[in-house]
Amino acid sequence: MSSSSSSTIRPTPLLKDELDIVIPTIRNLDFLEMWRPFFQPYHLIIVQDGDPSKIIKVPEGFDYELYNRNDINKILGPKSSCISFKDSACRCFGYMVSKKKYIFTIDDDCFVAKDPSGNDINALEQHIKNLLSPSTPFFFNTLYDPYREGADFVRGYPFSLREGVPTAVSHGLWLNIPDYDAPTQLVKPRERNTRFVDAVLTIPKGTLFPMCGMNLAFDRELIGPAMYFGLMGDGQPIGRYDDMWAGWCIKVICDHLGLGVKTGLPYIWHSKASNPFVNLKKEYKGIYWQEELIPFFQGATLPKECTTVQSCYKELSKQVKAKLGKIDDYFNKLADAMLTWIEAWDELNPSMQLANGIERLVV
Amino acid sequence: MSQVTIDRNEIDIVIAAFRSDLTSFLEEWRPIISRFHLIIVQDPDLKEGLKIPNGFDVDVYTKSDIDKLVSASHASMFSGYACRYFGYLVSKRKYIVSIDDDCSPAKDNNGDVVDIVTQHITNLKTPATPLFFNTLYDPYRKGSDFVRGYPFSLRSGVPCVLSCGLWLNLADFDAPTQSLKPELRNSRYVDAVLTVPKNSLMPMSGINIAFDRETVGPAILPALKLAKEGKVRWETMEDVWCGLVVKVVCDHLQLGVKTGIPYVWRNERGSAIDSLKKEWQGVKLMEELIPFFQTLKLSQDAVTAEDCVMEMAVAIKKGMGSKHPELANAAGNMVEWVKIWKEVGSRVLI
Repeated sequence: MSSSSSSTIRPTPLLKDELDIVIPTIRNLDFLEMWRPFFQPYHLIIVQDGDPSKIIKVPEGFDYELYNRNDINKILGPKSSCISFKDSACRCFGYMVSKKKYIFTIDDDCFVAKDPSGNDINALEQHIKNLLSPSTPFFFNTLYDPYREGADFVRGYPFSLREGVPTAVSHGLWLNIPDYDAPTQLVKPRERNTRFVDAVLTIPKGTLFPMCGMNLAFDRELIGPAMYFGLMGDGQPIGRYDDMWAGWCIKVICDHLGLGVKTGLPYIWHSKASNPFVNLKKEYKGIYWQEELIPFFQGATLPKECTTVQSCYKELSKQVKAKLGKIDDYFNKLADAMLTWIEAWDELNPSMQLANGIERLVV
Repeated sequence: MSQVTIDRNEIDIVIAAFRSDLTSFLEEWRPIISRFHLIIVQDPDLKEGLKIPNGFDVDVYTKSDIDKLVSASHASMFSGYACRYFGYLVSKRKYIVSIDDDCSPAKDNNGDVVDIVTQHITNLKTPATPLFFNTLYDPYRKGSDFVRGYPFSLRSGVPCVLSCGLWLNLADFDAPTQSLKPELRNSRYVDAVLTVPKNSLMPMSGINIAFDRETVGPAILPALKLAKEGKVRWETMEDVWCGLVVKVVCDHLQLGVKTGIPYVWRNERGSAIDSLKKEWQGVKLMEELIPFFQTLKLSQDAVTAEDCVMEMAVAIKKGMGSKHPELANAAGNMVEWVKIWKEVGSRVLI
């Protein structure tokens, strides 16, 4: 059963020195004003997409580092080819240069949402709660996250599974503009998500999901190297599948390594609906390719010798090349880019092999 | 999505009675269930006749009905909480909604009374999506849909055959949990229903369920009896066992199981601490059952729920029967259930 049996609720640690907020942007960072009460204690990593000569103003009072395309090219040299241009997928550069244990990433059109009582939702605090409590991927708990206050494991839940596993990813949701694909947006342009579902739950082992990068947090030490957002945008045949691709990769790896992925709270308020016709052009190939990608990821197995995220990811890239290369040459390039990403990650994050064989990142 | 029709001719409401005076229980539920046919099965150990208020279309079954239909050696299959399965057996309708007799109607976050029948039947009449997780939960609900990245070929879903509801106030916690946290009450109304993904097992709670009897009735079965089973939910495993069986069957036959709304309000009954002793056997068993059920594979020849149950019974007897006599018994009960199901099903209506 869950740990606390006392009636007092322990406050959630701020983790301000252990968490970076990564924000991709091409326009401006005005949205940060609304988040100021919640984000100000934290270090921001801004990844500026598009024209590097444009000056993006960061609101006063935030502690940040900002990288534009020139910076990315300088830091990574030829390896910068793995970082997308003209697509929010470039955000994963921020994951790579961070020196913290946790990452929270959010889009610049996402604002503070209100819960049903009318209170502002501190999305970051909820993500931290999700990451700091275990996941339960091996057996479904019908009362959702058993570690939340007021919840627990239900009758019939095996006691040997009640310790759970470490949580690697916390996937938040969106009120107002839902994350629909282009065809759905075209059919339902006025649909808004107004339903506040007061739950967090673990996505079971063996089940894939569509991971959205708009409101996402993860333990960089546990899963960071697998959070590559792929080749999208300029010069690429596809867009709006960056977070999807990362989500399928991390889920296969988390399932293999015995790590958990949670979804549900927190909600943010998604204000901007992107143009569905533009989206359709970006997604078009993905809609077809995904029919082959899903069976690929569903059937992907990793050898037991792969005990680190990097080795899992490299193995996955081999399988991508072998099995998906025939769909389109794009996947050969993507497989290569996955390896480039890992090389760049390891260069920027020299690791230390511990006695038990688990690589720890030296901060 | 088109509106789901709630047709009273398709639905039976099955309730197991553990106390003789059902007046307050039925009065509470009257606005929601009075237009449906009720099947009330009296706990065979309950000696007094049932007191049922007027205005219900109800059939009552007692110990003598059970004894008439099944042989004496198998009548014990329908004792205690498992007596409700007799109701499933004799029903002639497509859908069953079944709740415990210590539940009252709940209220949702808007203060409206939850109509469990409408919600359960809606869950059953809209597809389930076990092959890929939708982060906005049931995509067929009004105001929801499949999210970006959900494969298009999987958007027609599969038939949903089991709807597992939840409980406010006294949630379905086990005896150790409730004993350690006597004040713990579930006050969180989670406004979602979602499909339990394929290959993921879950603990089914019989307190508040509905299912498609036509498709999966043979797999909703009374099989596992604990040695010291009692008259409170903390002292039974029949529903948890049933849930493991039916999920394996559904996964094999490409059918879906949903969980979430509707909620019932569950009232106090029994003592968690007193129940601790009785539940222990079941708790120990679960530790071995889970790995067994997780790896259980059925053959391609199993194409109906009956086929699946028969294959599972053989596998259970072979894999676990010698180590656990109660599981060998359960396997035997499963075979017997399918036999009785077929017999009853083939009888002509009088």
